[in-house]
Amino acid sequence: MIELTEKTLDPEKITAKVRRDTNGAVVTFLGTTRDNFKGKAVLTLEYEAFDEMAVKKLGEVRQELMAEFGLEQIAISHRIGTVGIGEISLVIAVGSPHRKEAFNACHAAVDRIKEVVPIWKKEVYQDGSRWVACEDHEFSSADQSPAGNHTH
Amino acid sequence: MELNIRLFALYRERAGGDTVVVTVQDGATVADLTDEIRRQIPNLAPPEVKIVVAVNTDYAGSDIILQPGDDVCLIPPVSGG
Repeated sequence: MIELTEKTLDPEKITAKVRRDTNGAVVTFLGTTRDNFKGKAVLTLEYEAFDEMAVKKLGEVRQELMAEFGLEQIAISHRIGTVGIGEISLVIAVGSPHRKEAFNACHAAVDRIKEVVPIWKKEVYQDGSRWVACEDHEFSSADQSPAGNHTH
Repeated sequence: MELNIRLFALYRERAGGDTVVVTVQDGATVADLTDEIRRQIPNLAPPEVKIVVAVNTDYAGSDIILQPGDDVCLIPPVSGG
């Protein structure tokens, strides 16, 4: 239940994968593409992945969380390629007998994915583009940062 | 030994291509490799940014010894989600 795809994500379909009669809770997280970076208009996003490793790391995150929270149903789908504004780039669905584990596992899944999975997004602006990084400031340079000469 | 290094995203753009060939001594570590890459492509990453390396689709610590034929990739800071 790991998927890396260039196709539009269908959260209902992905959520259905973790539905069981033994589960009392399903938590689904949707990551959606934002239309601005610090007020600057973003026209579209381009996602790139190191496919083999991304699928492997997504699988590892899923296995770790299932072990950690004692769960059996977690589905993760990540979109790659060009993604329009307001579209879904990530779906994480967690099914659990009880809600607490579902919320916690889903939250932890997003955090870990953003930390370890080799996927990158580029924001495309009217006048350029920028690879997003958690450590934004480390990659600021005239050709990368919409803020131009902003450095730390 | 000669290693064919794969690059992604920001590093691919900065290097101007999706692979780079780097020659290191036999027994070289990941740290030796990143030192050599910084010499070869000085604008790849600022000195304060650690260049993260994946060997055979796993993150590799700086003391890991590289083998001929390893699948070596440079991983710029990730930003999925």
